[in-house]
Amino acid sequence: MHDLAQQIVSGLATGSIFASMALALVLIYRSMGVINFAQGELAMFSTYVAWQLVQMGVPMWGAFFITIVVAFAGGVLLERLVIRPVERAPQLTLVIVTLGLFTAINGLAGWFWGYVVKPFPTPFPTTPLQIGGVAFSAQDVGVIVVSLVTLGLISLFFQKTKLGLAMRAAALYPDQSRVLGIRVGWMLALGWGLASVVGAISGIMIAPVVFLDPNMMQSVIVYAFAAAVLGGIESPIGAVVGGLILGVVLNLLGTYVEAIGNELRLAAALAIIVAVLVIKPSGLFGRATVQRV
Amino acid sequence: MARAIRVGIAVVVIAILPAIVPSFVVFDFIYVAAYAIAILGLIILTGMNGQISLGHGAFMALGGYVVAVLAHNLGWPYWVGVPLAALASGAFGLVIGAIALRLAGVYLALATFSLAVATPSFLKHYKSITGGFGGLSLDAVKAPAGLPTSGQQWLYYVAWAIAGAAFLASALIVRGKFGRALRALRDNPIAAISFGVNPYSYKTLAFGWSAVLSGIAGAFLAMTTAYVSPDTFTFALSITLLIGAVLGGMMTFWGALVGAIVIEFLPLVAQQVNAGAPSVVYGVTLILMMLFVPDGIVGGLQRLTRRLVRRVPSPTAFEPSVPAAASMAVDQPTRE
Repeated sequence: MHDLAQQIVSGLATGSIFASMALALVLIYRSMGVINFAQGELAMFSTYVAWQLVQMGVPMWGAFFITIVVAFAGGVLLERLVIRPVERAPQLTLVIVTLGLFTAINGLAGWFWGYVVKPFPTPFPTTPLQIGGVAFSAQDVGVIVVSLVTLGLISLFFQKTKLGLAMRAAALYPDQSRVLGIRVGWMLALGWGLASVVGAISGIMIAPVVFLDPNMMQSVIVYAFAAAVLGGIESPIGAVVGGLILGVVLNLLGTYVEAIGNELRLAAALAIIVAVLVIKPSGLFGRATVQRV
Repeated sequence: MARAIRVGIAVVVIAILPAIVPSFVVFDFIYVAAYAIAILGLIILTGMNGQISLGHGAFMALGGYVVAVLAHNLGWPYWVGVPLAALASGAFGLVIGAIALRLAGVYLALATFSLAVATPSFLKHYKSITGGFGGLSLDAVKAPAGLPTSGQQWLYYVAWAIAGAAFLASALIVRGKFGRALRALRDNPIAAISFGVNPYSYKTLAFGWSAVLSGIAGAFLAMTTAYVSPDTFTFALSITLLIGAVLGGMMTFWGALVGAIVIEFLPLVAQQVNAGAPSVVYGVTLILMMLFVPDGIVGGLQRLTRRLVRRVPSPTAFEPSVPAAASMAVDQPTRE
């Protein structure tokens, strides 16, 4: 029973990271109909920035906040420089451009920091927490708390601030928003900045577990795809719920079902993606899309 | 006529190459043949039919592992293994193609991306067949007794003969009704369907044929390296194929040849700067190409020569300056 509780909490911890990455994907998908294949690589690069800061003697949480600022600026900059020119291009062009970003950022990280796997310091205490007689790892609990706070702040931002409202308006009704004086282009760039911040936080949270290397986010992004698809790719709530479900289910499957183990977790995520897209493409929370003829 | 001359020149260059370049370059050009076959498959699927696949490395993995497992575990000869690799990959392609019918546009990209990332973990999991992490080593290809060529030269000629056959067969296939149907389904699916083009059979068959080609390419990759492992068929391979197709040009088969040469030799040069440099160059070029030359090196050169030779004014509204970009539209779901 204790074992099960530990496994569930540990599943929620990875799940909240999937949820954050999925939310980052959904933020961009909602505003411009683009799947940002480079989202994971942006997160990986930000995590390297945090690592570099820690190496230079900045305390862990200081590095955390500086990285957030860097990630935000990077996201905004990339949108302005790279995505803006192809904003209205066909889907294939956008997919290839984000894959170009993926490849370039992956290579840059390898160029700057090499391909040797590096340990990443955990920002949380290493002694387990005793809750109700069960020992939980402080890393797991910390990850869940940080992720939930992040998601809560994002949601507050979109629901309660003028800027958040403007961003939602720009995403849903770009033409009408422009008439109302909202700078739609900058709203999209802000969206990329926010998504990049959410990604950076996920990267820092998961790095102590998966370690730091340029390919660290490759499987995480697939889990995030699975979470986003499961929840409905247009639904922020869906992304979060999808991520948490996926984290717990994959962790329990990996632990208790011998045949799946660690290696086939990715295959399970792939199976979820395909099954949801074939059976119910709108996911758990999305609306069915209608194709205009 | 001009095309016959270009094909003739290509054939002659390929035929005499082993006599004039050192043997390690011959080795590189066997890889070029394999990549060209795989990229050809991608051009037919994505360029001609508008279906985005980011997972063609998975088909190469299947082809490579079929040859390797048959040769390593059962001792079957390569001339049996390669056709079986093509068949197995083609069958898998038909299955994925049938699933792909339900996944429009970006969803197909997402699913094939995930397939490519998950491929190595499948290969690692079924250890008893695939050899797990360590992979399988193969015997080097030997020339048939009595021929004066080395094993490497023999493999070179066989690979290019197969590549030639693949290009010829593909050209014949896409030339007539089949090719027209593929392009019609890419450019205007609704109109095509109204005219009686069956989207299900054509799109699935395009996926199947594309997978056959990738399977053959994977088989030659395995035989050339004489070794397969999960690290041979990572996500990077899938993305490299797409990069080759985009850089070469998705609108003509020549793009496959040019793209294959680029992805074989560019990393060899860029690696000397830094291990991360090839990816940086690839990524930046990919973005720049999509912004400025979406029809690739071959498409760009064609436009350039047309402009120089005929002195025609730059394309007008009737002939969009970048036809590729316009026709690359993929059916995408619109929101309500």
